[in-house]
Amino acid sequence: MSDSYYGRPYLKTPVWKPEIAGYFWIGGLAGASATLALAARLAGNRRLHRSALGAALAGSVISPALLIDDLGRPERFLNMLRVFKPTSPMSVGSWVLAGFGTTAGGAAVSEFTGVLRPLGRLAEVVAAALGPVLATYTGVLVADTAVPVWHESRRHLPLVFAGGAMASAGGLAAMTTPARRAGPARRLALLGAALELVSAADMERHLGELAAPYRDGDAARAARLGRGLTGAGAGVVALAGRRRLGAIVGGSLLLGGALAERIAVYRAGLQSAREAKP
Amino acid sequence: MQNYEWVTDITAPERVGFFTDSSICIGCKACEVACKEWNALPTEGLEFLALSYDNTGALGSDTWRHVAFIEQKRDGGVRWLMNSDVCKHCTRAACLDVCPTGALFRTEFGTVVVQEDVCNGCGYCIAACPFGVIDRRPADGRAFKCTMCYDRLKGGLQPACATACPTTSIQFGPLHEMRDRARRRVEELHASGVDDARLYLADESDGVEGGGSIFLLLDDPHVYGLPDQPEATTHHLGEMWKTAALAAGAIALGVAGAFLGGRR
Repeated sequence: MSDSYYGRPYLKTPVWKPEIAGYFWIGGLAGASATLALAARLAGNRRLHRSALGAALAGSVISPALLIDDLGRPERFLNMLRVFKPTSPMSVGSWVLAGFGTTAGGAAVSEFTGVLRPLGRLAEVVAAALGPVLATYTGVLVADTAVPVWHESRRHLPLVFAGGAMASAGGLAAMTTPARRAGPARRLALLGAALELVSAADMERHLGELAAPYRDGDAARAARLGRGLTGAGAGVVALAGRRRLGAIVGGSLLLGGALAERIAVYRAGLQSAREAKP
Repeated sequence: MQNYEWVTDITAPERVGFFTDSSICIGCKACEVACKEWNALPTEGLEFLALSYDNTGALGSDTWRHVAFIEQKRDGGVRWLMNSDVCKHCTRAACLDVCPTGALFRTEFGTVVVQEDVCNGCGYCIAACPFGVIDRRPADGRAFKCTMCYDRLKGGLQPACATACPTTSIQFGPLHEMRDRARRRVEELHASGVDDARLYLADESDGVEGGGSIFLLLDDPHVYGLPDQPEATTHHLGEMWKTAALAAGAIALGVAGAFLGGRR
């Protein structure tokens, strides 16, 4: 009993719901898709441009819904934009998401309806620049807490999330674009999968004993599933991605892998807060 | 001319704080009761925890003072430690730093308070507090914690807990004076042979740059459920953003590479 106060947790367990892992996933997917969309347009690949822009649009609609649902007072969600606070990753992220949603949404609507094309193109450039920030700030968001497993992963989480975002955006675009035009999407998916797997493994190594939640329990199951799905997805995309079925199976596996990895990070944080020693 | 006089009369109050001297705490819980009473905090139910005399458990959304009881076997007898825990009102307050709405703010007294009409229940402060102090009130959705009786301070009164404490275990006043008193008290205890006495959060050398609540403890902080080395997470914020910038760059490079790196 001399170890701590009756073995009771000295930290509060984060009150965030599992939806927050879904937000990290969708936000990353949307963010990397916006960058992919701009690059595809510059490269003259219209099919890929439209697929990726569609994904960015969908993500920019779903993301705020997931976030608002997670608030204790959802009707006050606009208070997020009451101030801009550089010391709060959530404040910075809210502004990034607001800017991204407006520009990605505007760019997609302009592209698909043909309205205000020049403004749409400008919005697309802004969304493409904000996208990678949207995909990675979430790593800062969870690292900037007292939760040991998150805080000690501060040099890794943004990279893990960047990898997952690239794998998801590439995987989804490979599924929704004719294979002939989807080469860059497949390559982005493979690069992302590699970054995700390597940085997640490095994160666990770096965490040492603190990595316990990733080795046993709920978080560990999600982490193993995520890495299995991502590895399998990368394999399928690499070997059979030029075929329709291969792209669909491989892309789905990558999307599932990125989601599972985020669920693992989320669950690891809750467990780490409960088990932390003062 | 009256207006002129009035304007120049504005002076910021001194930073105030608690000095909680656990060596003279008798575990009466008058502080817990006075706090609940004054701040009209809801009950959390009656639960028997079987942790010595502690049936409160921990600080939380509806418990802003918590008396810890520790029974230690020593020299054939029992040493009974008691300490009234409270929000630390950190000099570098992580909850305040991460709050995205500005609901948490630093008052004119140097304390850290939640504005309940602004808080939207995002929960960030709860994950950021290195002491596990602030929490969400489930039925309400917003975050709550000790205000150091902001309303009483405004009216020139001491916080309810310090007023109710019958042994002066909880003292309140200008922070510099609390620090002086704490130093004098720990020297006095050392001189009378209580070598275990030590101060917690009483200067700027720790990871939260000192507390607005300081403590005199008789054992390691973790024995009382307090972190031995508390740290405001925002110390490393620059490092985190640098990593995010690197990661965002990796996405941009990856996308560019995906187009440049192949034929199809």
